[in-house]
Amino acid sequence: MCLGVPGEVLELDGQEARVDFRGAEKWVRTDVVGDDLAVGDYVLNHAGFAIRKIPEEQVERTVELYEQAAAPVDAGETG
Amino acid sequence: MTAGDVDLDKADDEVITAAHGAGTDRTRELLDRVVADRFGDPPSGGVGLAAMDDGAVVPDATGGRATVVTTDSHVATPMEFPGGDIGRLAACGTINDLAAMGATDPVALTSAVVIEAGTPVAVVDRVLESMAEACEAAGCTVRSGDTKVMGSGEVDGLVLTTTGVGRIERGSQLTTGGLSPGDRLLVTGPVGDHGIALLAAREGFDFETPLESDVRPVDGLVAAAREAGTVTAATDPTRGGLATAVNEMADAGGVGVRVDERAVPVDDATAGAAEVLGMDPLAVACEGRMVLAVDAADAAAVRDRLRAEPGGERTAVVGRAVADHPGDVVLDTGLGERYLTVPSGEQRPRIC
Amino acid sequence: MTASDTLEFRDPDRAGRLVDRLGSLVEETGPLRVMHVCGSHEEAIAEFGLRSVLPEGLTVAMGPGCPVCVTDLPEVDEAVALAEAGHTVATYGDMVRVPGSEKSLADASAAGADVRTVYSAGEAVELAEELDREVVFFATGFETTAAPTATVLREGPPSNFSVLSAHKYVPPAMDVVAAHPDTRIDGFLAAGHAATITGVDPLEEVVDRHGLPVVVGGFEPLDILLGLVRLVEDVRDGAAAVTNAYPRCVSEAGNPAAQAALWEVFERVPGEWRGIAEVPDATLRLREAYAEYDARRRFDVETPDGDGRATDCICGEIMAGRAGPEDCPLFGEECTPDSPVGACMVSDEGPCRITQEYGGRR
Repeated sequence: MCLGVPGEVLELDGQEARVDFRGAEKWVRTDVVGDDLAVGDYVLNHAGFAIRKIPEEQVERTVELYEQAAAPVDAGETG
Repeated sequence: MTAGDVDLDKADDEVITAAHGAGTDRTRELLDRVVADRFGDPPSGGVGLAAMDDGAVVPDATGGRATVVTTDSHVATPMEFPGGDIGRLAACGTINDLAAMGATDPVALTSAVVIEAGTPVAVVDRVLESMAEACEAAGCTVRSGDTKVMGSGEVDGLVLTTTGVGRIERGSQLTTGGLSPGDRLLVTGPVGDHGIALLAAREGFDFETPLESDVRPVDGLVAAAREAGTVTAATDPTRGGLATAVNEMADAGGVGVRVDERAVPVDDATAGAAEVLGMDPLAVACEGRMVLAVDAADAAAVRDRLRAEPGGERTAVVGRAVADHPGDVVLDTGLGERYLTVPSGEQRPRIC
Repeated sequence: MTASDTLEFRDPDRAGRLVDRLGSLVEETGPLRVMHVCGSHEEAIAEFGLRSVLPEGLTVAMGPGCPVCVTDLPEVDEAVALAEAGHTVATYGDMVRVPGSEKSLADASAAGADVRTVYSAGEAVELAEELDREVVFFATGFETTAAPTATVLREGPPSNFSVLSAHKYVPPAMDVVAAHPDTRIDGFLAAGHAATITGVDPLEEVVDRHGLPVVVGGFEPLDILLGLVRLVEDVRDGAAAVTNAYPRCVSEAGNPAAQAALWEVFERVPGEWRGIAEVPDATLRLREAYAEYDARRRFDVETPDGDGRATDCICGEIMAGRAGPEDCPLFGEECTPDSPVGACMVSDEGPCRITQEYGGRR
C-alpha cells in the first residue's frame, strides 16, 4: 500500500485538512503529517492521512536531480 | 475452492455469478456455450449473433435493403446520476449500437421495463421522459413496450431493456472487425467521463469540478464521418471503455492495434478524479462516444468534419491498425510501451 | 502537486535521457539484477511501460512488496472467522477477495456476513460509532499504512472497535530475501512512501549486513528512472550505501510524529510472510497497552486446520523474488483477477494482477 497522492491544502480544521488533488477535493487527517501546515502547502496523502508536507523548493530540486542523473559531471557523484 | 472457481464440466453444479455479468472472459465463455452455439448462424449476407457485434444485420429476401436490430438491458446504479439517468442511458445505448452497425437513422425503439414495487412514480416518469428526449434528438421514438412490477427486493430498482431497429442498404453495414492494417483509429471525444462520474457518485467522493456522464446519441457523428470519408469499422466504447473497444476491433479484425496514450482526449476533471481513485480513464465506460476505424487517407478529413459537429468537437486520431501482433493492442505511453488489455470485470478504486 | 508539476515528473524527453544514461551504465557494469519491494513501484513501471525501454542487461524484479500478498492464510482465516461469527469486518478493498484456506471475506459476505470496504482507518472507526455491534478493522499494509491505524487507536476509539492487525514492516524482509542463497540481486530500490515514515536508518542495516546498495525511490516514472540510475551507479562503483533519491518526500529522519504513533501502538514480532516463511521482527502486533483493542485478545478466533493452499500457487516464490507471474502454471488460466487463486492476483499491489492488467513484458 504505497499509493500516495500529493495535493494542495485548501482549508485546515483541527486535525483535518481539505486537500485538492487536481480538482478532486477530499478531507484528510493531519495528525501525523509531522509538520506545521498552512493553506497552500502540498501534502502527500495515504489512506486518508497526510504523511508528509512536500516543500515547494523540493519540486525544483527534484527536476535538478533528474538533470544531474541524465548527464553526470563526473563519476562517483551520489544523489 | 474459491469463489468463482467453477469447473465447466460440472454443468449441474454451475450457477451464474456476478462475474458472469461483468463482461469478461467468463462472460464470453458462457455466451459462447449457452447462446452463440444455439443461435449463432449468421443470416446470409448479414451479421448474426456469433459475431457478438453491436447488433445484427438481417438482409431482406429481395430488394437491396437490410434490417439492423440490437437489444440491451440496463441496470444502472444509481438510476439517476450526474448528466443523465437510466432512461437516457438505455435510449442512447441502443441508438449508438445501431449507429455502430451503420444504421444512423433509427426507425423505432421498444422499451420493456421491470420496476421494483415502491419505486416512486415520479422517478419512472423522469426516466421515461429522458428516454423520450434522447430518442427525439436521434429522430426516432419508442413504438412498443412492456411494463412489469416485481415485489420490493425481488429486483433492484429498474431493469430497462431497449431494442432498436434501423434500416440500411444491403451490404453497407459497419462491423467491429472491418478494419485493416494502416487504418487510423479515431475517438469522437474525451473518454472515461461516464465511468468515472458514476464511480465517484457511488463511492461518495466529492470533487470540486462536478463530474458528469457523457451520455448522448452519436448517430449523427457516425453519419457525418461516413460522408467525409471511408469508415471501415465502428464500435461504441461502453463497458470496459476505449481499451475494450480497441481490443474487440483487434480481435474481430485479426489485426494489431497501436494507441498513442498522449493523443487520447481526457477531460481534466475526469483525469484528476481518476488519478485520485486509482482508475484508468481508458478502461471505464463512455456512453456518448464512438470509436471509428478510417482509411488512412481520409483520417484528417473525417476528424475535421467531426470536430465541426455538435458532440464531436474533441475528436482525435488516437491510433492505428497494424499487421503486427494481431489481436493485441499496444499502448505507447510516451515513456515506453505496454499492452492495453481488456479490463477485468471489477473496477474498484484503489486506496489513496 | 499541480498538474504541470506532475508533467515535469513524467516528461518524455528527460525520461529518454535517463534511459540513455542507464544504457551507458549497464554497458559498464554488465548484466545486473535489482529488486524493488513495493507494489506501487511495480504498478508505475508497468503502467508507463518502463520495462520496454530499460536496457536489456538490467532486470528489475519485484520482491516482497505487496502487503496483501504476503498476508498468510491464517490471517485471512481469522478475519473470515470473525465475520462468520457475526461481527462486522471492515478492511481495505483488495483484501476482501483474497482467498483464505477455505474462503475469502467476499465469499463470507455473499453468504450473509457483514464485510465492509473502507478507504481509511478513520472510516472504520466511524463505522463503529454508527453501528451497535462489534466492528473489527482487518488492518493490512506496511508501515506507511500502520501509522494511520496507530493514530486512530491512540485517540481512544469506541469500545466496540477492535483491530485485527496484519500489518508488516518491510526492512527485515529485504534482509531475509537478500540472505537467501537463491536470491541474486545487486541492489535494492526501496519504497519511497514507507521511507517517508521511517527515514533511511532502517535501510542502513540492510546495507551493512549484505553490502548491497539501497536507493530510496519515488513513484513518478522519472523518480523511478532516477532511482535506477543511482542504483546502477552504486553497483558500478561497488558503493554499499543508502541513497535518498526522493528528497521531496523522504528526509533522513523520516516523519517523527508518525514514527512515534507507530511504535507507541505497535511492536515488531516474528511472523510468517507468505512465501518467505518466518521473518523475524517484521510482523506488527498491538502492544500490551492497547490490548483492549486487539481483536485477537477480545475474541476467541477459531480457524480451519491445515493448509488448504493450492499447491500449484507460487505466490510465495513470486513474493520472494525467485519467480515471476508468468512462471506460474496457473497464471491467466485458473488464476485470473475474476477468479483468483492467490493473493498476488487479487491485490492492487500484486505482481500477478499488475502483469495481467498490463499484459506482461513488452
